[in-house]
Amino acid sequence: MTAYPLLSLAIWLPILGGVLVLATGSDRNAAQARVLALSAALLSFLITIPLYAQFDTAKSAMQFVELSPWIPRFNINYYLGVDGISVLFILLNSFITITVVLAGWKVIQTKVAQYMAAFLIMSGLMNGIFASLDGVLFYVFFEASLIPLYLAIGIWGGPNRVYAAIKFFLYTLAGSLLMLIALLYLFMESGGSFNILDWHALKLGMDAQKLLFLAFLAAFAVKVPMWPVHTWLPDAHVEAPTGGSVVLAAIALKLGAYGFLRFSLPIAPDASHELAWLVIGMSLIAVVYIGFVALAQTDMKKLVAYSSIAHMGFVTLGFFIFNPLGMEGALVQMISHGFVSAAMFLCIGVMYDRVHSRNIADYGGVVNSMPKFAAFFMLFSMANAGLPATSGFVGEFMVVLGAVQFNFWTAFAGATTLILGAAYTLWMYKRVVFGDVGNHHVQEMDDINSREFLFLGLLAVCVLAMGLYPFPVTEVMHASVTDLLKHVAAGKL
Amino acid sequence: MNFVMPDFYPAAAEIFVAGMSLLLLVIELFAGKKKGFGFVVTLIALAGAAVITYTTADGQVSVTFSNLYISDLFGSFLKLLVYVAVAVMLVYSRDYLRVRGLDKTEYYLLVIYATLGMMVMISANHFLTIYLGLELLSLSLYTLVALDRDSSRATEAAMKYFVLGALASGLLLYGMSMVYGATGSLEISAVAQALAHGVVNKTVLVFGLVFLVSGLAFKLGVVPFHMWVPDVYHGAPTAMTLFVASAPKLAAFAMAIRLLVNGLFELAGDWQQMLMIMAVLSIALGNLAAIAQTNIKRMLAYSGISHMGFMLLGLTTGVVAGDRQFALNAYSSAMFYAVSYVVMSLASFGMVLLLSRAGFEAEKLEDFKGLNQRSPWFAALMMMVMLSMAGVPFFVGFFAKFSVLQAVVAAGYVWLAVLAVFFSLIGAFYYLRVVKLMYFDKPTDHAPITASLDMRVLLSANGLAVAALGLAPQALMSLCAFTLLRSL
Repeated sequence: MTAYPLLSLAIWLPILGGVLVLATGSDRNAAQARVLALSAALLSFLITIPLYAQFDTAKSAMQFVELSPWIPRFNINYYLGVDGISVLFILLNSFITITVVLAGWKVIQTKVAQYMAAFLIMSGLMNGIFASLDGVLFYVFFEASLIPLYLAIGIWGGPNRVYAAIKFFLYTLAGSLLMLIALLYLFMESGGSFNILDWHALKLGMDAQKLLFLAFLAAFAVKVPMWPVHTWLPDAHVEAPTGGSVVLAAIALKLGAYGFLRFSLPIAPDASHELAWLVIGMSLIAVVYIGFVALAQTDMKKLVAYSSIAHMGFVTLGFFIFNPLGMEGALVQMISHGFVSAAMFLCIGVMYDRVHSRNIADYGGVVNSMPKFAAFFMLFSMANAGLPATSGFVGEFMVVLGAVQFNFWTAFAGATTLILGAAYTLWMYKRVVFGDVGNHHVQEMDDINSREFLFLGLLAVCVLAMGLYPFPVTEVMHASVTDLLKHVAAGKL
Repeated sequence: MNFVMPDFYPAAAEIFVAGMSLLLLVIELFAGKKKGFGFVVTLIALAGAAVITYTTADGQVSVTFSNLYISDLFGSFLKLLVYVAVAVMLVYSRDYLRVRGLDKTEYYLLVIYATLGMMVMISANHFLTIYLGLELLSLSLYTLVALDRDSSRATEAAMKYFVLGALASGLLLYGMSMVYGATGSLEISAVAQALAHGVVNKTVLVFGLVFLVSGLAFKLGVVPFHMWVPDVYHGAPTAMTLFVASAPKLAAFAMAIRLLVNGLFELAGDWQQMLMIMAVLSIALGNLAAIAQTNIKRMLAYSGISHMGFMLLGLTTGVVAGDRQFALNAYSSAMFYAVSYVVMSLASFGMVLLLSRAGFEAEKLEDFKGLNQRSPWFAALMMMVMLSMAGVPFFVGFFAKFSVLQAVVAAGYVWLAVLAVFFSLIGAFYYLRVVKLMYFDKPTDHAPITASLDMRVLLSANGLAVAALGLAPQALMSLCAFTLLRSL
């Protein structure tokens, strides 16, 4: 263990960097704001590497713990720590922030400093969510992270951005306010503690567990998002600037799924078993129905947004079949989806910057003018469809295997994602990239420049590495997942 | 007749402020056409009162003037907050009043008298003292609202305020007379003792309580006694709205504590029910009606109604099934809410004043359009204030809601918390709309912001206080609990 408060640094470094960018930057010296933002993002990512390097994979307990009182009046502590489940997301988040800064480098020409600052601050807040071990601290980060994304969608978004931004904010707020009541209830039941780990050990009756489970479900289902509360996501994705879509898909959606593991399952294990049918049902509807919805889309961003919902349905399915294969598969799927969806949105962003359209029909034959780009796009589309040797395959395969142990027909319904995912992704790819050159806009497209090559290349390496050798990822989470499942199986009654 | 000189020491601050008002009158007599002294004298009065209040706050509870008057930590703390709120209000209002020719000595005199009224209310140990303080405050406020004689809107607002306010005072007096009939005393501690030990006529008492609570609800501006709030906030010159919406809320909170908690604690079961209904209605109506507003002063008025409702929620959870162990937690959460609201209210109306200039009142929501392009700094501050009012962390409004909801859940009213949360979700919409106007829309008004430096600095400090108190709410929270503990 190091003496440095690594988690605090991972949270506050990007936030301070964002404030600094905000304070020094203006549209007159946009270049300076960009460079400053990139250095802050790089530094913040470097800070998180020791978290992985020094992580003790044999332990399931919290590591890198920091504990100091924050609001003693309500026994609220500044309590940070990570286990094998959360540590990977901090790395993922810090990494994605770099690509977001790079992706917004040239495209964002107005209020550059504010744009960069919004994403840096958001990155810090997201790290805070994953590292919090205190209920109120978690909630505070969870809510506060809405603000920068709300602004990002509303200021730099598309034509319908105001509607999308407000819908996004109110939807997520609606869910999380019920969670606040649940936290207060747990505070009372536990005799005055907001410590999440205390709550894990707290004995609760079945009725209380069910109510808590439903309150948490309201918060996390909206965030994941699960069918039928997913409708904010396509709107938000379509209107958001590329950076916003990337963060939304790669990180924000993971918060909901992470919440299930940190709150729902360990705090209300018996209710989780009792109500698993509900979550599994919602997940399967997301996988199958939303898969078909994605097939029908004419807007690329919408298509990838629906595909995200379907993939996240797979994640929640993996959690609620209660076996190690399913849960680890779901976690791998989360990380993989973080890379793949980010890459998909970045690819769409690359095309959008050149043609200013997201409609599939406005493209065709992109491979003729952008061969290098077409190769990258191909790889990410394959990963999105779950092709073996890409990261998308590993998670989906593990979850399907886990589901077979649980129930054959559940696995069968879930496995349709492999067909549907291939259908909508590859069909889109075919219509956009192959065929004759659609129009003179496509003709005039320049191939990717070195900056775009850099961030797509980085993501491609991650996708392939995870697909070929996922062990470094599963190794980290294994002890924590096993422990969590043991805890959930034991129950509290 | 044996005359004993009363102990003036506990009321030194009040006496000083009253003296300063006389001094101001004298200066006005000799100063002639010179301007600006009213502002200075009032600030000196506030600073002096603050010094006196601070040095006399020794943690002892002392009563004087035949038990009419009480000096305790709770009162001293609230008085200090009142001074700060009034001083901040004065700085925000100065330019606004000057360009409109309203910065007369009368204005400053009335502010001093209103402040004195609040101090008397806060330190009252007797129903009549409460009434005296309340009237001193209210009459000053009515006049302040009407100070712009040429504005028919302001005159109408003042008239409404006065008629309804007089009615509320009548209700309050009637309630007091009933309590007197039932308990034989008007002294707060004597009433409490009579209730605890003596045999009292409960019917008369509860009847009186209804009137007391009605009068109190009017002063707080909660449903169904809220009718005056939007009209007065809207009609009054913004500087006066700022005053009405800030410090007097603290005094009204003190009045609630003195009357209901210190005096009629035995009847908590009865008044809690009344407050609970009013609280829920206020939160519901305030948030729903605010959505429909196009005038920001009116919107903030309705939002203020819902905030006062939230504050009342804290007061309704002190006694659960006769058990008093929740009292301190509940009342200190309400107090924290009231203080937070005043901080946010000052900043929000201060922002309206900042954008106003000669011949232009920035009171339409549209006037905030594109503020981010005109001044990113003040747009950011206004955003923080709006989000804080909506209850989004890391701002003080979140912890205010948090502590009240915590008290509500601890008292076992989970459904009530769910209801409150539901309506604050609706409330979030109109606060977000302000953020939307400032950040997502293009400005329609390109005039540079020409506020004086002291106002800019103070408004920035006020906005930052909303964030700072949200990052570190512990000190204020424990101060509220600590000062209340001594007076329970």
